[in-house]
Amino acid sequence: MNTGKVTGVISNLIFIEAVAAVTQNEICFIHAENKKLMAEVIKVEGSKISAQLFEMSMTIKMGSQVDFTGKMLEIELGPGILSKKYDGLQNDLTKMSGLFIEIGQTSAALDSDIYYKFTPIGKAGETVKAGDWLGSVKENWIDHKIMVPFALKGTYIIESVVEEGDYLIHDIVAVLTSENGEKTEVSMVQKWAVKRTIDTYKQKIRPNKILQTGLRVIDTLNPIAEGGTGYIPGPFGTGKTVLQQAIAKNTKADVLINVACGERANEVVEIFTEFPKLTDPDTGRSLDEKTTIICNTSNMPVAAREASVYVGMTIAEYYRAMGLKVLILADSTSRWAQALREMSNRMEELPGQDAFPVELPAVIANFYSRAGTTQLNNDEWGSVTFIGTVSPAGGNFKEPVTESTGKVARCFYALSQKRADAKRYPAIDPMASYSKYLDYPEFVENADSNIQKGWVTQVKRCKDLIRNGLEARDQISILGDDAVPVDYHVLFWISEMIDFALIQQDSFDDLDMKTPLKRQQYMLNKLMDIGETEFHFDEFAEVATFFKQVINVLKQMNYSAFDSAQFKKHEKELNKLLQDNKEKTLIES
Amino acid sequence: MGFKRIYTRISNITKATCTLKAEGARYGELARINGMPAQVISVIGENVTLQVFAGTEGVSSESEVVFTGSQPLLNVSDLLAGRFLNGYGEPIDGGPELHGEARAIKGSAVNPIKRSKPSTLLATGIAGIDLNNTLVTGQKIPFFANADQPYNQVLAEVAMRAEADKIILGGMGLSNDDYLFFKNTFTNAGVLNKIVCFINTSENPPLERLLIPDMACTAAEYFANDKKQKVLVLLTDMTLYADALAIVANKMDQIPSKDSMPGSLYSDLASIYEKSVQFAHGGSITIIGVTTLSEGDITHAIPDNTGYITEGQLFLKQDTDIGKVIVDPFRSLSRLKQNVIAKKTREDHPQVMNALVRLYADAKDAKTKKENGFDLNEYDKRCLEFAKDYSRRLLAVDVNMSIDQMLDTGWELLQNYFKKFEVGIKEEIMNKYWNDDRTIKA
Repeated sequence: MNTGKVTGVISNLIFIEAVAAVTQNEICFIHAENKKLMAEVIKVEGSKISAQLFEMSMTIKMGSQVDFTGKMLEIELGPGILSKKYDGLQNDLTKMSGLFIEIGQTSAALDSDIYYKFTPIGKAGETVKAGDWLGSVKENWIDHKIMVPFALKGTYIIESVVEEGDYLIHDIVAVLTSENGEKTEVSMVQKWAVKRTIDTYKQKIRPNKILQTGLRVIDTLNPIAEGGTGYIPGPFGTGKTVLQQAIAKNTKADVLINVACGERANEVVEIFTEFPKLTDPDTGRSLDEKTTIICNTSNMPVAAREASVYVGMTIAEYYRAMGLKVLILADSTSRWAQALREMSNRMEELPGQDAFPVELPAVIANFYSRAGTTQLNNDEWGSVTFIGTVSPAGGNFKEPVTESTGKVARCFYALSQKRADAKRYPAIDPMASYSKYLDYPEFVENADSNIQKGWVTQVKRCKDLIRNGLEARDQISILGDDAVPVDYHVLFWISEMIDFALIQQDSFDDLDMKTPLKRQQYMLNKLMDIGETEFHFDEFAEVATFFKQVINVLKQMNYSAFDSAQFKKHEKELNKLLQDNKEKTLIES
Repeated sequence: MGFKRIYTRISNITKATCTLKAEGARYGELARINGMPAQVISVIGENVTLQVFAGTEGVSSESEVVFTGSQPLLNVSDLLAGRFLNGYGEPIDGGPELHGEARAIKGSAVNPIKRSKPSTLLATGIAGIDLNNTLVTGQKIPFFANADQPYNQVLAEVAMRAEADKIILGGMGLSNDDYLFFKNTFTNAGVLNKIVCFINTSENPPLERLLIPDMACTAAEYFANDKKQKVLVLLTDMTLYADALAIVANKMDQIPSKDSMPGSLYSDLASIYEKSVQFAHGGSITIIGVTTLSEGDITHAIPDNTGYITEGQLFLKQDTDIGKVIVDPFRSLSRLKQNVIAKKTREDHPQVMNALVRLYADAKDAKTKKENGFDLNEYDKRCLEFAKDYSRRLLAVDVNMSIDQMLDTGWELLQNYFKKFEVGIKEEIMNKYWNDDRTIKA
């Protein structure tokens, strides 16, 4: 084994003098007070090595021994990942003793003492390659596939697969023979380097199917597709985290990976305490059962922030390879970028914009590219949808992390300070935000057959109404209430109606917080009917009064169960309001 | 403890740091130069760089450097109660030396899984806080205030009213007058037995401020975890703390990021604020800080990073219409209020709070309209009248009442100025609290 000695420490940057050759990104362990502290090599200059430490460095002495592993940062993949709460390096936080996380404390990622019921899929004699399914075990309620290890190259013949029965994760469940006759034993666990993509699929296609998040401003106006990418930038206090948690709770996904990267510990606590109590709308099972949380909160070691997002993405890809629909959320990718900046700064590298490392855009692009809808070798489909939040410095979107992300993510959910100040939540700016999937012909086609014919056109018309309303508002505020035609007031109030009834959603109301697509369809059609009606008003003051009543009724509808008696009662009230105005119009004309 | 390691050859001296050749030094270790405390901030081979808290005035290339072999420590025990200490945890009140267990001041992070969800209401009687931005024990939240606003007075008021077993004040760059103000407030209220103060005034060297928050949090952890008490930590002014960080980074030749602040500002501030915690055993640390702003600019790196770390912020603002300081309902936020409102408070709390703020926003629009020379309609005029009343009766920081009283006042305001359909509150709540017998003033 290659070794070295510590020659310097600046915060979490460690200088090492190595004995033999060292590989970039190799993991090494530094001996300090009876513990071995994990670090990653980030620079090699001959025998002089720089490494970033995934711990606090207070206990390290000069001259301490360093053991190099020859391996990049790897995690363990196997049954038992779901429901786990990991730190940024896949230590199981639940297994750690003590109130505080001590320096160098580790714990096993998987449970080696739990029996899983294994059902074989592959048969002896079949030809397989990396990623092919050999068998399946029940993990919570999900069929967790045991696959040919991703690291195997070329084709293999299955020599044997064990019979159906209960096995431990490290038991051998299959034996494979390579083309030149070498035998490989396969257990339920494999290791994978997190910075490499799991690419054992046949092809990756353009996303075409809507991923339902239950949030109207997303699903109706700016839909994200299965296997798509989106990002949510917003100044602090605009509701990024509440929005992300709402997405986590309501999205129709098989598996949910939640990465809390450099954010508040109490937010993670909320997930810990809430998720086991919440029910997944699709399966009726506890939400916790399909969720893995990876948390490196802001007071945990900075270097592990970067690791945490890669660990999350690798787990997401692992479940995608089983033919599952995976949603991964990361809050916030800015903290990861800042961790890169801190290190780059300590290394005295020449900085890019705002002192971020120059490779930042490339690193972000590479990461987002790991999402996608994939067709597996057995023609099953799996997807990884990624949504990241960005915390732009000073709330200014013209900063490196937001800009670099904008170049790769296909959906943009801009949180607006103005909307947040006015308590119009979710504070997603309907005009600045976009979904590029609305322009994908395959997405339009899919919506035509699965939602309603002409759906995307209807959505775009709705956006036009909002835009017209905002323009009218500007005119009104420049020229004054009575200096503009009454029609301007109508335009403005129609956009207000869409805002209150469609865009705004009460994420703390059990009913309003999640709106199934069927109900969104009803609401959009209803609003468009009203929006495209001819109204008659004698003076501008009447417009506000009328629409405030309409908005009030629509809000009461959102608070009622769909198609319930209460809902129908409000629907009647609404129709009466509209009818009254129509009759008045007829009489006067 | 082994033998003392003493060196007398300093190769490099800047205003805040000095570098010398020494063996066996560790990152973060405390040393003394001519008896003055200093901390190791970089070790490269034999070259050890120290940040000298009191500044390097008087340090020569032959000054004596002694390494202590440990990180900065605080002697924790119940004897801390009632004491006034400096950034090194040494008494400045003329009292006896502290005894107790010596603890390193930058302790480990609490395992997130061992935290409890903060859900105990922390009432202050100020409606701008309790009604609109309800606080919870275990929360961390700063006041954002301009230099001319009475933030320390409001902070002291909150501390005196909040229910806490211990109040720990971390004063950084406090003016001597404000230091005496806190001291008098605590003395007059007769609560000296439940306070601990770590004080760095503007007369003390700026780098000593760097130790204050960690000292305060270490004392807080002792009382909250070892003694299972409810601890309230007050940190004022965190802007001056961040300025001290920038000085060291600058002398270390680090490339500054936004607003000349070190790139690690977010992590540095987070390591302090994240000490706030609710333990399962009932002990808790609540941190209320002060971040002074320059002309209300919250995009500056210090308030900006703070806002991303803390669970909301309380924005102080001078309301010229009523001539009082108010808690701004637009820019202020308490992220943890959802854990208690309508759960520990009355069911109508969220709806009343939101309706009032939304109508206050309408008043703001009306005001802009008026300023631009447009005629106001009848609704606008009602909004403006409402805004003044709302500001005076609920938003002003001199209000002191129970949350039920705040809600009743809220309903009274709504009914005085608005029609039923204008308030946009859920029907079932309206039916229960809206009194149809009342008539509209307008």
